[in-house]
Order: sequence, then structure tokens, then C-alpha cells
Amino acid sequence: MQTIDPHDREALIMPLYRFNRTFWVTLVALIVVIAPGVIFYVRQLYFGLGVTDLTRPVFWGIYLVNFIFLIGVSMAGTLISAVLQLMNVHWRRPITRIAEALTVFGLMIAGLQIIVDMGRPDRVFFTFIYGRLQAPLMWDIASLTIYLLTAIFALYLQLLPDIALLRDNIPAQAPAWRKKIYSLLSLNWHGNFEQWRRLKKVITIVSVCIIPVGISLHTITSWLFSTTVQPGWKSTILGPYFVIGAIFSGIGLLFIVVSFARHFLHLRTYISLGFYNNLSWIFIIMSAVWFYFTGNEVLILTAEQETLEFPVMAAKLWGEFAPSFWIMVALMVAATWLLVMPKFLSASPKKASVLQPHVALASAITAAMLFTLVKLSPKVTALAALNTNSILLISWLIIGLLLLLSIASLTRWFKNHLVATTFIASTLVLVGMWLERWNIIIPTVTHARLIPYTIYNPTITEVFITISAAGIFVLLFVLFFKLFPAVSLWEIEEERRSNPGSSH
Amino acid sequence: MARWSMVIDLEKCVACQGCSIACRFENNTPVVSPDEAKNGRAIRWNDVFPVPVNPTEKTGEYPNVKTRYTTRPCMQCENPPCVKVCPVQATYKDDQGLIRQDYNRCIGCRFCTMGCPYGVRYFNWFKPEWQETLSEYRNPDQLKMNGSLEGPAVRPVGVVEKCTYCVHRLFKAKARAEAESRDFRASDYVPACVQTCTGKARFFGDLDDPNSIVSQLAKSPRAFRMLEDTGAEPKTIYLQEG
Repeated sequence: MQTIDPHDREALIMPLYRFNRTFWVTLVALIVVIAPGVIFYVRQLYFGLGVTDLTRPVFWGIYLVNFIFLIGVSMAGTLISAVLQLMNVHWRRPITRIAEALTVFGLMIAGLQIIVDMGRPDRVFFTFIYGRLQAPLMWDIASLTIYLLTAIFALYLQLLPDIALLRDNIPAQAPAWRKKIYSLLSLNWHGNFEQWRRLKKVITIVSVCIIPVGISLHTITSWLFSTTVQPGWKSTILGPYFVIGAIFSGIGLLFIVVSFARHFLHLRTYISLGFYNNLSWIFIIMSAVWFYFTGNEVLILTAEQETLEFPVMAAKLWGEFAPSFWIMVALMVAATWLLVMPKFLSASPKKASVLQPHVALASAITAAMLFTLVKLSPKVTALAALNTNSILLISWLIIGLLLLLSIASLTRWFKNHLVATTFIASTLVLVGMWLERWNIIIPTVTHARLIPYTIYNPTITEVFITISAAGIFVLLFVLFFKLFPAVSLWEIEEERRSNPGSSH
Repeated sequence: MARWSMVIDLEKCVACQGCSIACRFENNTPVVSPDEAKNGRAIRWNDVFPVPVNPTEKTGEYPNVKTRYTTRPCMQCENPPCVKVCPVQATYKDDQGLIRQDYNRCIGCRFCTMGCPYGVRYFNWFKPEWQETLSEYRNPDQLKMNGSLEGPAVRPVGVVEKCTYCVHRLFKAKARAEAESRDFRASDYVPACVQTCTGKARFFGDLDDPNSIVSQLAKSPRAFRMLEDTGAEPKTIYLQEG
């Protein structure tokens, strides 16, 4: 019989048995989000993939984009729980559970995307019966399976002491099936010295193993593209580019999920701001590396102007993919700015006292007014009004400066609202990274060699199935965190023991 | 063992698309609606199209233009990029160098369609359909053995299909030679597009036989292979115009 701090019991275990209105509303909302996609998928199964906008040569579309994206975001679990575990970083402890769950659910939905993308999902088992180990897709399936199993194992190992705690501290009114589940899953864990010693050993081994498995999955996923002879999928840059993108978007989603859990599961006392601060440094480094890779690719392909590659890059820079490319760049710049600028501010908190939100509002409004004035002022012919032109130029300059000032003035607000800022930046990064995957796949497939260039606009089927996948992802989290606590009870206890000074 | 090859003399080709139609009826490729065809869903194992396909080469402005046409069956590559990426060996190179496709094995992942630089592989986005009269004239031939389904057999939805140099004709020719108790000759086997070619621009034969017509033509200074830079080493050989 293991006991638990009564405060923790009230904050972390008891909510698992309370089904309040928020929970039911969330559940119904999620089902409403998921249902149309399921219906559209059944329709796609019945009619065939023709209901999508996939054509020749756009054989791969939004499902593959989602697949790469989800594989990417699942990286967070490996990074946080394994790398930080091995480095013995203490601030990882409250979020290991969320990170590992993120990996497992991300991989599950990614696998689902592949099934959805297949022309013959009924033959998915052929990959096991007739699988050719020389085929890149088989490497990916193998890697995905190994990674998913390892991630589930890692999540379970990390859950084990908590399941035992749940079993021992189950409230009287709990339904019998939950008692049964907990006692079954706890594997007779009693928390004696030998059990702990073995668990720690296995967790360390799994942490070591999962890192190469994770990195291999992201690299192999890039090989799906670079093993073909299509233009724009350079073999050497794509592997590391995918790994970096995976870590980048993974941390982004981790921030978002942690922020939601922190808010809706009332974990403010458990997940400290220190975590946001520390992890955002890794986030900033990843964004720098991401810019480095993207710059490399854009510069080389643009400078070399090779017959096949260049049309792909040109489509991204100023062609039909320019919106998605430049929105991606703008989002990444904005996210990096959001994360970096507050860090600079800390050096001189007194000096920049002008930078207040109301200054931002004031300068934004002034810029808007000036913009209206400039737009409303009668257009003068160029010959007559040289002076007016310079005034116009100065006005535009002032508008730009005012906008810059308004952005800069928000920095203090960003600094004081770390969670909100990180949440906004993460959302920007996630959208940007999804667009990045879009920009990797779609421009290449629409620029085939012997097939006329074409465009690809996802149909309603593809959009709803994508929304549905996101809904299922959230649903898995909601259900999982109704069954198990969102923060690791035993690691929090461990944290307290190793750091007696810190309060909870 | 033979190494089947096709030589297409572009000088003789009049771009009549007879090969495309002959292929359609020989191999039961379904007809799609004009809307779907515009959307890139048309299936033509043997396609005839103007080159350059995309504006990577200057073709000039009217009236000073240069127009060329090419016809494209499967290249039956020696080093096929499609076969290398198939996860379940639904597409494979047989012992005579033909790249074949098993409709009962294909899982519809469309990796081969991405792998092929020539775009000769087609996907069945919908269940193949024929309008009433057309459906009565489907070719009954098919290759079916050990659970595999190939050749002109009507394809199920969601699988990839491609030109096979009319591989069922090879099997039929061998069976006939056996029935007539004589040796099989390379000239017994000829794909539908070669048989029908208006300008007699297509030649078919065994590349391993140094005296065959294809071996002779392959030595021509006009001979070239499409997209040689991809390293696929096609066995469909072209003879340049002019």
C-alpha cells in the first residue's frame, strides 16, 4: 500500500473520477469535429481515391503532408523524455508524461494517415506478408512500428509507479472496471527497492534506445522522397532537415499541449514557468537551425538554376506556391521574434520603460490613421508634384516605424506573459511547419518531368479527414488524461526529495 | 532468354495516336469522363503528346515555332526506379526484362508512380467503367496464376497499372508455338501498338539477339533514350527526327 501527498491526491487523482460539464462538452464537441471526416472517409473507401484532388502527377497530397507533420511532432516525446532524462535535467519531470503521450498519439494518427492514403487499405497486411526490405516504404513502416512500440513501452514504464499509486489510492465511489484496469496494469508494483532499481535501469536503457530509433524514423521519412528521382527532393539536405523540423514542430506542439493541460487540468502548481523558459531556448536554437537549412536550400537551388529543380523553387519563391512559402517564412520570423525579443529585454528592464502595451496600441492606431490619410489623399500626377512624392515617402516611412514601435512595445507584455507568448509562438511554428511540409511535397509533385505542370487544391474530403485526424488526436489526449494523471506523480515526488527547498 | 525492346522512329511517327487507341482496346484501359480527363485522371498506357511538355525549353512564338510530338509506352527500364520502391513486389522485372504489375498484390501506395520519371504509371482513382457498347468489346485476355492478376484483366479500384509491352501476347504466342509443336520465335510476339502503327514507326524484338531489328536500330547514330540522366536505362529506344 503506497500513500500519496493528500494535496497531490486532491489535485491529480481525484479529477480523474470527476466528469464535469466541461468534460462532456469537450467530448461532444470533439465527436462533432471527428464525425464528418469519418463519413467522408467511408465515402472515399466506397468510391475510391478519386474523391480527392489527387491526380497524375499529384499522386501524393495532403495525407502525406499530414503524415510527415505528425511524424515530426511526435519527436517531442523522444527529445524531452529521453535526451533530458539522460542529461538528468530536472525541469523535464512535470512534462515527461505529456511528451511521451504526444509521441504515442502522434505516431498513431500518422499511421492512420498512411492507411487513409492507401488505394487498397484492405491490403495493408501485404506489407508484412510480401514486404521487400529493399523498399524505402518498408523501412519507414518498420521504423514507425519499432518507434511506436518503443514509445508505448517507454510511456508504460514511466506510468507504472503511478498506476500502482492509482490502484492504492482509488476512491470508494470509483467504478469496478477502473479498479480492475489499474490493478491489472500495475503488474504487482509495490515500490520496493529492487523494483525501483530495475525500473530505473530499464528506463535508462529505453531512453538510450529510443533516440536513434526516433532520429532514424525522421530521416527515413525524408528518404521516402529523396530515394525517388523527382526534382526538388535533394538527398543530402532532406534527412537532417526533417529531423530539425521534427524537433522544432515537436517542441511547438508540446508547448501547446502543456499549456492546455496546465490551464484545463489546473496544473499551474506542477508545471512551472521555469520549464517554459528553459525549453524555449532549445526552441530558439531549433528555429535558427531551421532558418539555416531553409536558407541553404533556397540559395543553392536558386543560384544553380538547374532545368528541373529551378521551376520547383521558382514556384515557391514567386510562383503559385509563393503564398504558402512566404506565409511560412513570415510565421517563422514572427515566432522567433516573439521568443527572442523578450530575452533581450531582460538586460535593461528600466531603460525600456516606454515599451508598454498602450504605446503599442497608440502607435498602431497612429499608423492606421496615417495610412488612411495617405490612401485618401488625392492622387497627383507625377509631373506636377515632386514634393508630394517625398511627403508620401516620408509618410510610408513613418508608418513603418510606427508599426515597428508597436511591435517592439508589445515586448514587455510578451515578457510578462511567458505562457501566452510561448503558446502564440508555438501555434505560429506549428502552422509554419505544416506549410513547410506542404512546400516540400506539393511543389515537387506538381512539377513532374513528362507530365504537364498542374495545381493541387485539396477537396472537401481531404480537408475534413484532416480535421478529423486532428480531432482524434485531441480526443486521445482527453481520454488518456481521464484515465491517468497528466503529470508524473512519482517524478514530482522525486523532484521534491532531490530539491527539498522547492515548493509545489 | 530474351530481352524485349521497342524502337520508335520519331521520323516516321505521324502522331496519329493509333498506338494509344490500339493499346486502349488491347489492354482494357477504362474511359473516363472529359472532366476527369482534364483533371489528369485519363489512363493512357501509351500516350502521344507534344514536347517539350513543360516550358523548360523555348519553343518560340507564332509563327516561328518548333513543334514536335513524341509517343511514350513504358520504358521497360533495365534499372527500373518503380520496381526499386515497391514495398510488396507488386511490380517486378521478370526474367525477360519486362516490368509487370500484379493488380492483386498492389496496395495502392503510389510510391512507384512517384518513382517513375516518365509518368507511365497510372492509378485507378475510381472503379473502372465502360459505357454499354464499349463494355461488350473488352479484351477477355488476362494473365492469372498463383493468385496474381496481370495484363488486360479489368483492374480493381485503387491499384496502379502500366504498359507491359502486352505481356499476355507473349504468353499467347508461346502457347500457340507449343500447340503447333514448333519453337517459339521472337517474331511471334508483337505488342498491339507495334502491330497497329500507321507509319510503321515502331519496331519490336529481342535486344539480346545481335541480328534482331531492334539491336540493329539501337546502334543507329540517331538512337537515344528518354531522360537518360535519370539512370533508368530504358529498353524503349527512340530514333531522333531529322
